Amino acid sequence: MDATVTGAATGTAVGTATGPAIGTATGAEQPPGLRLDLAEVPLREANDALRALPDGARAELLNPAGRHNLAVGLTTACEVTIAGPAGYYCGGLGERASITVDGPAGWGVGENLMSGTVRVRGDASQSVAASAHGGLVVVEGQVSLRAGISLKGGTLAVGGDAGAFCGFMAQAGTILIGGNAGDGLGDSLYEAVIYVAGTVRSLGTDARVEDLADEDVERVKQLVEVCGFDHIDPGNVTRIASARQLYHFATHNHDAY
Amino acid sequence: MYETNHTFPPGVIADIQERASEGRYVIRGMGARRRVPMFDDLLLLTASASRYPLEGYRERCETGTVLGTRNASEPVVLEIPITIAGMSFGALSAGAKEALGRAASEVGTSTTTGDGGMTPEERNSSETLVYQCLPSRYGFNPADLRKADAVEVVLGQGAKPGGGGMLLGQKVGSRVASLRTLPEGIDQRSASRHPDWTGPDDLRIKIEEIREVTGHRVPVYIKIGATRVDHDVKLAVAAGADVVVVDGMQGGTAATQEAFIEHTGVPTLAAVRQASDALADLGLTGEVQLVVSGGIRSGADVAKALALGADAVSLGVASLIAMGCNSPTATGPDGEVLDVADDYRRMGTRPGDCHHCHTGLCPVGIATQEADLEARLDPGAAATRIANYLRSMAMEVTMLARACGKSDVHRLEPEDLVALTIEAAAMARVPLAGTSWIPGTTR
Repeated sequence: MDATVTGAATGTAVGTATGPAIGTATGAEQPPGLRLDLAEVPLREANDALRALPDGARAELLNPAGRHNLAVGLTTACEVTIAGPAGYYCGGLGERASITVDGPAGWGVGENLMSGTVRVRGDASQSVAASAHGGLVVVEGQVSLRAGISLKGGTLAVGGDAGAFCGFMAQAGTILIGGNAGDGLGDSLYEAVIYVAGTVRSLGTDARVEDLADEDVERVKQLVEVCGFDHIDPGNVTRIASARQLYHFATHNHDAY
Repeated sequence: MYETNHTFPPGVIADIQERASEGRYVIRGMGARRRVPMFDDLLLLTASASRYPLEGYRERCETGTVLGTRNASEPVVLEIPITIAGMSFGALSAGAKEALGRAASEVGTSTTTGDGGMTPEERNSSETLVYQCLPSRYGFNPADLRKADAVEVVLGQGAKPGGGGMLLGQKVGSRVASLRTLPEGIDQRSASRHPDWTGPDDLRIKIEEIREVTGHRVPVYIKIGATRVDHDVKLAVAAGADVVVVDGMQGGTAATQEAFIEHTGVPTLAAVRQASDALADLGLTGEVQLVVSGGIRSGADVAKALALGADAVSLGVASLIAMGCNSPTATGPDGEVLDVADDYRRMGTRPGDCHHCHTGLCPVGIATQEADLEARLDPGAAATRIANYLRSMAMEVTMLARACGKSDVHRLEPEDLVALTIEAAAMARVPLAGTSWIPGTTR
């Protein structure tokens, strides 16, 4: 593979024997940090380089072109920018890192996130933040089906609309939808809570609308500030939570299953 | 004169009347109880004039088994082709999980986590630990993923293919609830579909994600409940599986609706041959390994499974029985032998016939989360019992392999088998004993 260095490579090179395919940029015209051109650097090599970043380090992935599994399994408090569309599972299984996708993202962005942040500056496909145990996933655009499915304590904030079955079987954590929610919102929820700024097309099984308490407003306010979702009025959202009627299996509930 | 009614025998009448009275159907543990074609319906053709046997108890017969050679830089290397299947902490007590790990390590094989994640006790006691990635993702996290020696993506289970799972509230104690991020005491539902992929093309990308996070170091298994075995094995391979695990309908469960246990899937005997033929069709025999589970009990079962194309087998229920499941006695507070027959009776069952894992009231401390019951299982003694059992099975396999003239148990082959019944002959695609007839294949 030919050496491809983007930015002024003056720092430690992490590349192949033929040259620094991956370099660190320190030039005044570029933000300091690692820059990796995915048109040249294989995914595996790029992810290895990201995982080697220390706390506080910065990196940029150029030409992502919808590649899958970008920046997965990171463990340090680094900052990674993906300059374009990301494919499946971007930032998945991550801890502590702060990842920004400057474009749309495919399935499962931020899936099984443990901590840190994944921000998508566009729309995202299905199963955003699936099973996320912690951390924050922000989608500035819209999200497709099953966003926040099986959520386990993480936070998902969507600036626009959410597709059907958002929050399906979500166990713990918070989902904020800045636009409208589709069919089956919060189906089979456990202890996760969903806030919707717009309309709700329909609720899922065992989900119900609950009164908004002061702590809900405060929680939404904090999220709005962190996400920059100025279009959301924290005091004017709908709170959806579990009615807890299906926590024990019973044949008399068969209409609900 | 009473006439037997084959459509409504007394058991069926009692079942209907209980449903009518209580408004519920049967949920229970263990696996299928009905008689289906099984390994007992096959016989091994050991050596005589046409084959030359190896000397029993003298000449070496290899049992070493390597799983995951296709992509992983560190395949799983085992001393015997008998592994321990995935069973959850939650379904089983912490002591039972520890015992399985200790036993597996003692005999040089692997054990597997289960729904609910990896406990420190299990990791610490297991030399080789397979970490399951299940649809529920309960307790699944990248830190434990990196500690795994292999990853098993579970698509289904033989006792309930397509059915997801359940752990009834009496077993969802504080630690189990915490590990699964659920409220204590609820009837816990394990999803039947993964949350972030739907088909083999997606699964391929998911597996690549797992490889990225684990540094392409460990093998990725895909476990399927045996239904459409030919298609499913081929799709699992297309998705990138290094090892395919096929769980037949006799496979066990901690709690499942009886309608699933007795009426879904195909028998292990049929599944193993279909799976090995699927790998052969793809030209991947030996490159993608096949592990078979579901009702394996003895070295003879193992030998027959290997002869039909499995690279290894996996034990669930049998390993629990080895440690004391269904025993009339348990260990008392001071190490004394405790007669627990009354505890079985209180559940409406008896030692030797118990399938009440779902109740959480296991009298021998295996399938429970009750502290006083858990204390009835000594993990060290239980591990010794399991290890004894595994060793005895491994010796049986080598004994039979030697008698077939094989110096390696993996050289057993379909030609070493005949069937006792037409059904078994058709499923295993080996001749009916005393004939050269393979139903569906030869005339």
